[in-house]
Amino acid sequence: MSSHSESAAHGHLMFHEHVVPVSTYLAVFITLLIATGLTTWIAFQDLGQWNLVVALAIAVCKASLVVLFFMHVKYNKGLSRIVLIAAVFWLGIMITFTLADELTRHWQINPQPWVGTIVPVVRHLLF
Amino acid sequence: MSTTATVENLPNASAEPQVNYLNARYGVKSWLLTVDHKRIGLLYLCTITVMFVVGGIAATMMRINLLEPQGALVEPETYNKLFSTHGLVMVFFFLVPSIPVTLGNFLIPMMIGARDVAFPRLNLLSWYIFATGCLIMLYVVCTGGVDTGWTFYTPFSTTYSTTDVVLAALSIFVAGFSSILTGVNFIVTIHKMRAPGMTWFRLPLFIWSMYASAIIFVLGTPVIAITLLLLGVERLLHVGIFDPALGGDPLLFQHLFWFYSHPAVYIMILPSMGVISELIAAFSRKRIFGYSFVAFSSLAIAIISFLVWGHHMFVSGESIYAGLVFSVLSFLVAIPSAVKVFNWTATLYKGSISYEAPMLYALGFLGLFTIGGLTGLYLASLSTDVHLSGTYFVVAHFHYIMVGAAVMAFMGGIHFWWPKITGHLYPDLWARIAAAIIFIGFNLTFFPQFVLGYLGMPRRYAMYPAEFQALNVLSTAGASVLAVGYIIPFIYLIWSLKYGPVAGPNPFGAKGLEWTTQSPPPTENYLKIPIVTEEAYNYETAPEPEVVRV
Ligand code: HEM
Ligand SMILES: [Cu+2]
Repeated sequence: MSSHSESAAHGHLMFHEHVVPVSTYLAVFITLLIATGLTTWIAFQDLGQWNLVVALAIAVCKASLVVLFFMHVKYNKGLSRIVLIAAVFWLGIMITFTLADELTRHWQINPQPWVGTIVPVVRHLLF
Repeated sequence: MSTTATVENLPNASAEPQVNYLNARYGVKSWLLTVDHKRIGLLYLCTITVMFVVGGIAATMMRINLLEPQGALVEPETYNKLFSTHGLVMVFFFLVPSIPVTLGNFLIPMMIGARDVAFPRLNLLSWYIFATGCLIMLYVVCTGGVDTGWTFYTPFSTTYSTTDVVLAALSIFVAGFSSILTGVNFIVTIHKMRAPGMTWFRLPLFIWSMYASAIIFVLGTPVIAITLLLLGVERLLHVGIFDPALGGDPLLFQHLFWFYSHPAVYIMILPSMGVISELIAAFSRKRIFGYSFVAFSSLAIAIISFLVWGHHMFVSGESIYAGLVFSVLSFLVAIPSAVKVFNWTATLYKGSISYEAPMLYALGFLGLFTIGGLTGLYLASLSTDVHLSGTYFVVAHFHYIMVGAAVMAFMGGIHFWWPKITGHLYPDLWARIAAAIIFIGFNLTFFPQFVLGYLGMPRRYAMYPAEFQALNVLSTAGASVLAVGYIIPFIYLIWSLKYGPVAGPNPFGAKGLEWTTQSPPPTENYLKIPIVTEEAYNYETAPEPEVVRV
């Protein structure tokens, strides 16, 4: 607790702000627009099961661009990164535990071994 | 901090009247445009008090209706709206914000030796957003109400309910943003604004618990917001998300809802645990036993609380394998909670205990929280939950936690810091009487509900079989006692604003930076930023209390 709290105590927080050139913002913006167009185009192609996967993949890339450049996570270290990692980790918790229910929801009168339950479900989901 | 800090911050004790945050500026505008965290805390206090009264009226009508097996007051449809209004208002517009936005706003900067929160304007914005949410909710209540229960379960909420579900969901969506902004503000404030010498392990435990709740605010609230948005999308646009007929999964709603709402129950209890740590230390005049265990148990609770939500879905058709895991994890969360209870109890041991009103609330908290927490374990066990789920046992369980523990701590905290906030003392005898009435009324109201639930009375029904009448009448009688207990403090606290004796800077002889400045504090909290040189709760160096101790 040295310089930071000192300066905070006197009412002016010190930010070591990285100045991003406008051109970077423009490039990111245009990339986002192109990706949006791509999502729309993909939606009209029949890829079977893969439509969803591709759409989500594009969405993840777009979100990453927004987080890295527009939200400045690329230029900030430490606490901001921890916040981001925590958020992604928590999203992971949500998805994992929800799937843990969805994938094992088949009711059985006589409980069977785990493997026997999960394998057919996973196979069903994938193929 | 040292005695010098005290003297520096109390420059002219004799010169009357002191300039403080209340009398520095006057007029409605000076309140509505204030960026002072203390004034914003008071704006919140007024807002949530109004909401508490609204939720309380709904509860009163429910209890009157349950005096007779056939329903004594209202039609079943109205009853459904009453319990929904009660739950929604009390959870989202009173208890979730309660301690953080009032005491948290007021105390976090003071306790860490700062002049304000990190983002004062954002703080005011969150109040406006919250007030907007309240107004939407009140509008829904006045124009016909909502009948889904506070849980908005699908498919009833998306397909069958004829009430204004979307607007009710919108009010919570809006209020959620206020929670997120407050959470961000608190996290940054605690990281960046601590006074020189205020290291993490010198922080009062109240700050640790507020930090843990802020984490839940930030990580959990977006999920409930999106969930309610999806609900609106399905109800209005018939996009298949939760409705199986449209290709959705009805349990997905419950997963998303409880992913937020179980941690949300810890948003309600963690801040109150922070208050209790302060009260127990101050009124046994001892450092909290095992400070770092109590501090880290707050963080442990915040994290584990995100891993247990499936215990609300044991009988919903959730996979039994997932149920097993959720059950085990639910038992884990009891450990940090128990760590806290044992450490508070150990703090009392050989303490120099006195029984002012705030301490009575704290002791009430200890007992009621223990009952509430232990009955949670019955519900977290797969087999007993099959019998108890959906009964009054659940209602009793969460009221022991949310009213018995969380509201008790809120009342205790308000009584403890009232002299600091307003500069006036309230009549201690009346306060002690009220605390006792609340404790008795609370147990009379909710203990019978454990029995009713165990005997099989389901929750959320306007009617019940005749053999349950005696216990229901008992519960309603208790609720009247409880209501009296809440009305008395309301009266004497308002009274004290004008007629209460002037409180000195530290009427209870408590440790903590907030007690080293005048009461009420000046707008900038400290005339000179304090330098912290000692651990929290170092009661060996504490000043003598100014009020009479018994
Ligand atoms: C500490 C603060 C706690 C609070 C504020 C709290 C609050 C609540 C609330 C509001 C509900 C009812 C939800 C509804 O259906 O409307 C509930 C149910 C439940 N609680 Fe707690 N609870 C707490 C602690 C615990 C603990 C420590 C456990 C177990 C270890 C637990 C286990 C349960 C279970 C299993 C249910 C679901 C019961 C059912 O619907 O069958 N709770 N709690
Ligand atoms: Cu829960």
